[in-house]
Order: sequence, then C-alpha cells, then structure tokens
Amino acid sequence: MTKLVMTEEETMLGDMARGFLDGAAPVSAFRKLRDAGETHDAKLWKEMADMGWAGVLVPEDQGGSDMGFAAANVIAQELGKTLVVSPFLSTAVMAATALRQVGDARAKGALAKIASGDLTYALAIDEGIKHDPDATAMEAKADGNGFRLSGKKTFVVDGAMADRLLVLAKTAEGLTLFDIPADRAGITRDASNMIDARDAARITFEDVEATGEDVLGQVDSAMSVLKPALEAGQAALAAETAGLAAGAFGMTVDYLKERKQFGATIGSFQALQHRAAHLWCETEVTASAILNAGRLLDSDPDNATLAVSLAKARATSTAQLAVMEGVQMHGGIGMTDDFDMGFYMKRARVVAEWLGDYGYHAEKVAALRGF
Amino acid sequence: MGAGQTAEEFRAELRAWLEENCPQEMRGGADAEDAICWGGKNWVFTCDAQKVWLERCAAKGYTVPTWPKDCGGAGLTRDQEKIFHQEMARIDARTPLQSFGIWMLGPALLHFGSQEQKEHYLPPIARGEVRWCQGYSEPGAGSDLANVQTKGEDKGDHWLVNGQKIWTSYADKADWIFALVRTDRDASKHLGISFLLIDMTDPGVETRPIRMISGISPFCETFFDDVKVPKHQIVGTENRGWDVAKYLLTHEREMISGGGQGLAGGRALGAVLAETMGEDGLIDATLRADAMRCEVDALAIGLTLERYKDQSEAGQGAGNASAMLKYMGTELNKQRHELLMSAGGSDALEWDGPLGNRAGDWLRTKANSIEGGTSEVMLSIVSRRVLGLPG
Ligand SMILES: Cc1cc2nc3c(=O)[nH]c(=O)nc-3n(C[C@H](O)[C@H](O)[C@H](O)COP(=O)(O)OP(=O)(O)OC[C@H]3O[C@@H](n4cnc5c(N)ncnc54)[C@H](O)[C@@H]3O)c2cc1C
Repeated sequence: MTKLVMTEEETMLGDMARGFLDGAAPVSAFRKLRDAGETHDAKLWKEMADMGWAGVLVPEDQGGSDMGFAAANVIAQELGKTLVVSPFLSTAVMAATALRQVGDARAKGALAKIASGDLTYALAIDEGIKHDPDATAMEAKADGNGFRLSGKKTFVVDGAMADRLLVLAKTAEGLTLFDIPADRAGITRDASNMIDARDAARITFEDVEATGEDVLGQVDSAMSVLKPALEAGQAALAAETAGLAAGAFGMTVDYLKERKQFGATIGSFQALQHRAAHLWCETEVTASAILNAGRLLDSDPDNATLAVSLAKARATSTAQLAVMEGVQMHGGIGMTDDFDMGFYMKRARVVAEWLGDYGYHAEKVAALRGF
Repeated sequence: MGAGQTAEEFRAELRAWLEENCPQEMRGGADAEDAICWGGKNWVFTCDAQKVWLERCAAKGYTVPTWPKDCGGAGLTRDQEKIFHQEMARIDARTPLQSFGIWMLGPALLHFGSQEQKEHYLPPIARGEVRWCQGYSEPGAGSDLANVQTKGEDKGDHWLVNGQKIWTSYADKADWIFALVRTDRDASKHLGISFLLIDMTDPGVETRPIRMISGISPFCETFFDDVKVPKHQIVGTENRGWDVAKYLLTHEREMISGGGQGLAGGRALGAVLAETMGEDGLIDATLRADAMRCEVDALAIGLTLERYKDQSEAGQGAGNASAMLKYMGTELNKQRHELLMSAGGSDALEWDGPLGNRAGDWLRTKANSIEGGTSEVMLSIVSRRVLGLPG
C-alpha cells in the first residue's frame, strides 16, 4: 500500500539536492543571471545532468537514473526554494515523459540525449492567455506525405533556447503532437521579457514542414502522449511552487525573529504570529497533496488527474499567499529590488499561470468529484 | 483474522463479514443526531438494528479497530485500518459507536494508564456500555485551561472534590467523567493538576443542561460538592495531570478536525449542493467557485491526516500536527456549512424544514473552532512550537 511518507531515498535525494544547490545555485546566482540578462545556465544544467537529474525519468537503458515522478517532485521542490533556473521541468519531466510514452528508436535516442544533458525541449502548447490544450487552433495541414504547420504559440517556457519543440496542432480528426527542431525553416522565436526573468517565447510558425517522422505518437491522438507529460509537469511544477512558498516563508519567519520595532521583535506581535502560523498550516496541507500526486503518478498514472490537479491548485494558492505575506511582513524592504522577496513574488505569479491556473485545476477536481 | 494474512485476504474476509453482519438499516443515512450510537447506560437505541450492529462489531473489536485485543479492540495495523475504513465506506456502513471514551479517554489510558486501568475501563467503552464526558473547562478556565480551580483535597484514601465545570458536553447523559482537578494549590499552575476519573452517579455530582444556539442542549454545567474520589481513580502521576490532559487534547483535536469523520472521504460538497439546488441549480457562479475551493481544501486536508498517520506509523513524529489539523479542518467545516445554507436558500431557514436539521447543523459547526481549543489558541501553538516565535 502506498504511503504518504517520504522514503529514506527521497529524504536523501532532497538533502543532497539542497546541499548541491545551496552551493551551486543560491538565489544570488539567479540574481546574477538576471542582472546579466541571461535565462540559462549551461554549466549548471550539465552538472545537474551528471547527478542524474536530467535523466530522472529516463530509463536506465538510455542512460537515465529512472527515479520516478515522486523523486522528480523532490528535485523540483528543492529547485523552487532558491529559484533555480533550469530546463528541468520542460525537458527532464515533460519532454522525457512524452517521449517515453512512444519509446521507438528515435524517442529512445532523444531520451538518451536528454539524460546526458545534451538536448533540451520546450512545449509549444498555449495560444491564448490561459492554458487550454483542447482549444488549440493552430493547424497542421496535410501536405503530400507530411504536414504544413502555421500559427502562433505563446508562453512557450524555455522556448527561446530549447533545441527542440513539442508542438500541438490541429489535424484532420483531432490534435497531433509534433517533435521538431526549433530552428526549422519557417519558425520565428521571439523571447518574451518575462517578469520572472526566465525564458519564455512567442513562436510563429509559417508553413513549417513536418513529416510523418516528426509526429510523436499517433496522428490525431496527441493526448495519449501529451496528457501524461502535462500531468507529470503539473505535479513537478506544483512541487517547485511549494518549494518557492517554503523559500519565501523561511525568509519571512527569519525576519520576524530579527526585525525590531516598538522595542520588541516583530515576531512577538500576535497579529503577525497568527498570520505566519496560518501560512505554515497552508504549506503543510499543500505538502500532502504534492506527495500524494507523486505517489499516484508512480503507482497508477492513468488515474492521477485528480491528485495532480489538487496539488497544482493547492500549491498555486499557497505560494501566492506566501509571497503576499512575505512582502507585507518585510515592510518597505520587501518592495526593493535589492531584496530577494520580489523574485519569489514574480516567479509565483508566473508558475500560477503555467500549465493551468488555480481555476483550471479546481475545475478538474470539481469535475472528478461530481460537481 | 490470522497473523500473516495478506492485505487482500484480510479485505476479502472483512468484506464478507460486513456483508453478512451489517444490517441494511445501518447502511447510509446517518443524518439524525442519534443515528450513530453513543453508548452508555442511558442510551436509547433508535432501532433493533442499531443494537445488533453495535453488539456484532463489539464482539469483533470493530468499534475500536486499532485498540489492542485485551482492551476490546481488534488490534488492526495501520494498513488494515485503512482497509477497514475503505470497506465500511464501500457499503456506506454507519460507525457502530462513537464516544469521548473512544476518541479521548481511550488513547490517554492506552498511553498513561496502568495495565489494570486499561483492562478495567477500556472494554466497557469498546462495548458501548459506559459513556464518558470531559470535565476540563471551567468558568475561569477556557483557553487558559491550566487555570482550573476545581479542587481535590487529600483525605488519605480519597480526594474530596469541590468545584464547577462548564460546557461539559453530554454530562447529563454520561456515566463517568474524566476531570482536571487541582490537587496542589501551592505549585505553579501547570504542576498542581491531577487527572481524575469520577463516577457521575456518586453523591455530590450534579449537572445542569445549557441550551445551545442550535436549539439542543448538548452541554452542561457540572457541579462537584464534596465528591469522594478513590485514590486509584487517577490517570498518570499525582499533580502531573497536565501531561495527560495535553496528550488527550491532541486526540480530541484530531477528531474535531473532521479528518476522522470522513471530511474528504465522505461525499463531495458539490454533490450535496447539487442535490439541494437541482442539477442545473449549481449555476450561481460565486457559490460554485466557493464550493470548488472548499472541495480542494477538504481533499488536501484529508490527505494531510493520512500523511500524519503514515508518518507516525513510520516513527516520524508529526510534531504539533493536531493543532494544525484542528484549525484547518474546523475553519473549513464552517465554510462548508455556510455554503450548504446558501445553497438551501429559504428552505434552510426552518427548524425541521424541507432540509431537515440543516440550520441546526450549521449553527453547531460554529463551535468547532471553539471546542477543544479555539482557532486562535491553535495558531498560537503553531507559532510558538513550530515557528519558534516568542510566546
Ligand atoms: C459546543 C461546545 C462543546 C464543548 N464541550 C466541552 C467539553 O465537553 N468539556 C470541556 O471541558 N469543555 C468543553 N467546551 C469548552 C471549550 O473547550 C472552551 O469553550 C474553549 O476552550 C474556549 O474557552 P472559553 O469558552 O472560556 O473562551 P475564552 O478562552 O474566554 O476565549 C474567548 C475568545 O478569546 C480568544 N482568546 C483567548 N485567549 C487568547 C489568547 N491568548 N490569544 C488570542 N486570543 C485569545 C479565544 O480564541 C476566543 O475567541 C465546549 C465548548 C463548546 C462550544
């Protein structure tokens, strides 16, 4: 029977990740990247690959560490705590999960390159301001033995630097997922100037050629490949978001113990104590939802939707509360760019939208609970 | 249930037993106040089936499935307990017995009681023969519980108890009371309290019911006037009753949090709301959005209770989990009942109206964030013990 308790291996993985990231990728490293206008740290990603993180969901036959979804969540959570910039979510979690559903020779080749850190992916799914794969309008028109893709994608996370794109497009009888190089003729990528200083792009496809070889999975049935990938991504993003909330919360509690006003630490004021305590309660409840999502993805992935959406919804609302309280309880300093809390606030807003916002996931929960 | 039985064997055997032994009348529909048996000498069974169901479960140890067998339980492991609840829920079987003895005194006795006390007091609780009430609060000792003034004078072989308790739930229906009594007036306030067990039929014990806003009278004032309590009726060490009291409170809080009553395992809020408003009735966008939020929170809180249980089974202490669960669970439960009232519209405004006792239930939930320690007290506990902020 699956247990909602961290295994020894998971605890060790988390501790190891924390130890590594505190040295290699503290928030100050993110600040440096941002100040330099960079959205990718190639050296860091290579190190993460060497530790088996890029291949966390890649089978051992293809050089992966194959640790499973709960383990991926553990890593994502630690990444979130110090706002680490990496293609972990889009490449190691989502693209790897999609490729694994297919498992042919070409997919295996791609998985091996993901595991070694030599190949990155971005998912080009969204077209409107909200995540809604079912509403995809971009067309892939049949053309001889292949297709021609035309249309626009937006909020393609890691889209400006990724080597390859997973593109969702409408075909004759449904939706199809294409796996194409990001520099193929007809593709124009415009990096977005994101509030969280991460890589996201608007991508235009103009008569882009795709062959049958470029289809990932079956024509007209993208979801059999994409749904597991998105759910894995949503769970890992929930974990990252929870990590982010924990990071902001930790800073806030430290400040409550340190800052003095009226001759006392501000943490002695009950008004603040109770708000901080409430926030801790929210983070505890969210932690359960995230652990549960990892367990279900590992044990019963076909029936994990409820668990995943629950985790994403809870993590989203918890992080938003954590950063709001974080800024408020820091007073003026919380509003300064020199101070890190603002980074957490901006990142929380972006992850809230990515892969479905609170309402999107609460609706899924409601539907599955018979509303 | 043999040792070395696999989970699936246990499930199959339990399922067959439940099919054969759970009366049809005891499946579903546990809405009425007395639908679930509270036990005790004063209990009036609502029907034969309720009595039969209690007796059959008690014989198997299923009224307290995780208690040891020599204490009236079935000695189930955590995994078996999960299966037990799943199988009960599968046929919508009613809980055969609920009581403060099961939720509160039992765990405290299992932890602090002598073997003799366990064997003496626990089986009658498990069989539903003795009903207990909780004598903690006093007029001057609510949130500041350690301020209790009810006093016990040492008279050699007994304590002579005098004083008053208040808000004693079901004191008028209970057979015994576990009470916090000050046995050392000179010690500091936490160190002079003893945890005593008192027979409500003893001379000098009197109860006076208090009517609640929901219309019923579930709690009482309880008076002790020269009540003789034999020395062996103490749990734990003399003057160290506060340790027992606090331990018991963690179990009480977990119970009140709702986790134990199937908050998440129970029916989805949306389904209940839709029932009231009709299939297309749930179109009120505000109500629907609020209900979704409640459902998300309810599921996550339910998982948190499971997580804490799994953690404590794995030997990882869950710290001050009960304060957190109590706070989150009760605040959520109040919101849920606000939504149920809103969905019921004017039908929900009558006592015993078209929606039964919905208004009464709604009003009753307001006590959830007061009884067993208020929400504010729970937050202060988290703040002090978890976050390490100055108390
Ligand atoms: C339905 C019901 C059943 C009950 N059953 C029982 C029972 O069976 N046995 C029993 O012993 N007791 C029982 N109680 C009593 C219950 O435990 C107390 O009511 C509760 O502990 C609060 O105490 P009080 O009523 O004196 O409120 P007070 O302590 O006077 O609190 C009043 C308000 O002040 C706030 N407050 C108090 N201190 C602080 C502080 N330090 N910081 C911030 N806010 C504070 C409280 O949160 C509350 O909002 C029951 C209560 C109810 C409502």
